Amino acid sequence: MSKDIFVIVEQRNGVVQKVTKELIGESVKLAGDLGEEVVAVLMGYNIKGEAEQLIHYGASKVLVLDHPVLENYTTEPYVKGIVSVIEQFDPNIVLFGASSIGRDMAPRVAGRVHTGLTADCTRLDVKVENYQQYLLSSTSMSLQPEKVAALDKSDRFLKMTRPAFGGNVMATIVCRKYKPQMATVRPGVMEMPVKDTSRKGEIIDVDAGLSMDDMNVEILEVVKNAKKEVDITDAKVLVSGGRGVGGSEGYNPLRALAAELGGEVSSSRIGVDSGWIEKSRQVGQTGKTVHPNLYIACGISGAIQHLAGMESSEFIIAINKDDQCPMMNIADLGVQGDLKVIVPMLTEAVKAYKAKQNAI
Amino acid sequence: MKILVCIKQVPDTAEVKLDPKTGTLIRDGVPSIINHDDKAGLEAALKLRDEVGGTVSVVCMGPPQADVALREALAMGADEAYLLSAREFGGSDTYATATIIATALKKIGYDLVITGRQAIDGDTAQVGPQIAEQLHVPQVSYVEELKADGEYMIVKRQFEDQAHMLKVKMPCLLTALAELNEPRYMTVKGIVEAYEKPVTVWGFDDLKNDLNPEWIGLKGSPTNVFQSFGKQLRAPGTKLVGVTPEQAVEAIMAKLIERHII
Repeated sequence: MSKDIFVIVEQRNGVVQKVTKELIGESVKLAGDLGEEVVAVLMGYNIKGEAEQLIHYGASKVLVLDHPVLENYTTEPYVKGIVSVIEQFDPNIVLFGASSIGRDMAPRVAGRVHTGLTADCTRLDVKVENYQQYLLSSTSMSLQPEKVAALDKSDRFLKMTRPAFGGNVMATIVCRKYKPQMATVRPGVMEMPVKDTSRKGEIIDVDAGLSMDDMNVEILEVVKNAKKEVDITDAKVLVSGGRGVGGSEGYNPLRALAAELGGEVSSSRIGVDSGWIEKSRQVGQTGKTVHPNLYIACGISGAIQHLAGMESSEFIIAINKDDQCPMMNIADLGVQGDLKVIVPMLTEAVKAYKAKQNAI
Repeated sequence: MKILVCIKQVPDTAEVKLDPKTGTLIRDGVPSIINHDDKAGLEAALKLRDEVGGTVSVVCMGPPQADVALREALAMGADEAYLLSAREFGGSDTYATATIIATALKKIGYDLVITGRQAIDGDTAQVGPQIAEQLHVPQVSYVEELKADGEYMIVKRQFEDQAHMLKVKMPCLLTALAELNEPRYMTVKGIVEAYEKPVTVWGFDDLKNDLNPEWIGLKGSPTNVFQSFGKQLRAPGTKLVGVTPEQAVEAIMAKLIERHII
């Protein structure tokens, strides 16, 4: 019988990515609901040294596929490796990060083993009770409580929830007819688990029958992105600019404020599409999902696609000339005014406050 | 070179609004467009054909109204167009959609297949790779540059932190990013010609010899929708309207201190 939750580990240049740890943390909760275990699948070349930490984050077992053909990511060898693991171990659930790697290989794996795959999930549930609570508390389904209450509580299928239509609607998908149940999960959404170095588990080498001939593309060159990308999903404070900043120079006062607050600058889509700021700083449905302690939205009207990426921020401050725009309506504190005046004044006020504190 | 481009007709999601009371989509009056990534794929295919010769065929699965999207592709310069449209195809998830499209592509024949990376309505990015799987050809997704080199394609594949220059032998499938290029506009001559060229419509009967009816449509889809709903927006907080910049800064500072940001 199909059993256990398998997490496909994403490593880049031998470094296990954050999304993998988030997935392990989430899988531990789901595995608890199912009475099953979490198994990490680690693929790469000379990669075995990374296995231990996956156990520390919550995996009970790590399956290691170590082969030179897996040194750099290409589709076919990775797909072949995962398909072999599925055939050998018969998992109940297989999860991938919804990254440019996960979203490349997962559909192909699902196609080859003939099962369903749900893309870019932002929530996973096994227990119907948890799912009902979610529907009632944070969706418009709360308008139909009788429909929510009627859900079958013995349902142990994975309920995979994802945004569609640019974040305008949410859909929960199930895969009842085939195993494994598969999903890619959006980075930065699931909670990061706590590392426990005392945790013990099993590390198993797997022979997936890989060979160098499995590679059906040739890597001519690896081009590193010139600028080191800032990961805005790590920032505790984000000072974010939209149409209202007016141009690339307009981000400078925001940078100064972010620096004073120990945060980073981010942007809505317009800033990126207009070439004012780099793509890696974009928040929203086609950018990144963030939940900082503080999100200061400067001149961002709050298109639904943008809100989808930041509305779970702990505290939201909006500065906007238009007091009726959606961002002002969802902000914890919305101030009507000109960001070009307010932001520099605020930076000075923060500086002055910090100086006073230091003097005490 | 025989190039096939898969396109999808999508609602312009930037125009889609939510009914604040019911949380459902207001779809009335929302314009339909060719999905951005697919249009970039089409543009790349047209450029490639102009350089090395050959033909560009566009393939679209959808309702009869998707004819408009195919006419636009013809007006941009595509040589021929296929519409895959049948009641049996309705409700297909990505696996079932890929099964239908792959069957049609095999029937048409190809050296190179280009799809968009993902559609703006579904946002799955799964159909391209799943077509490649069913065709048993190599895929490269997230392509932001491409050129032909004899029987190979040389492509730049984007990752979050780096890019790979890859050499892949045809036949193969590429998924295009909107960043690939700036799609051309239709010309008046193109528009006139587009309505003179035929759009081949294939229904279930045209593909059924090579199509397992158990694997398509709503019933043949491995995944099904369990629930769909609108999100509840955050509860509104405090709004300060018509305040001076000094008052605004004072209010923000109070919150920064209260929440231990500074």
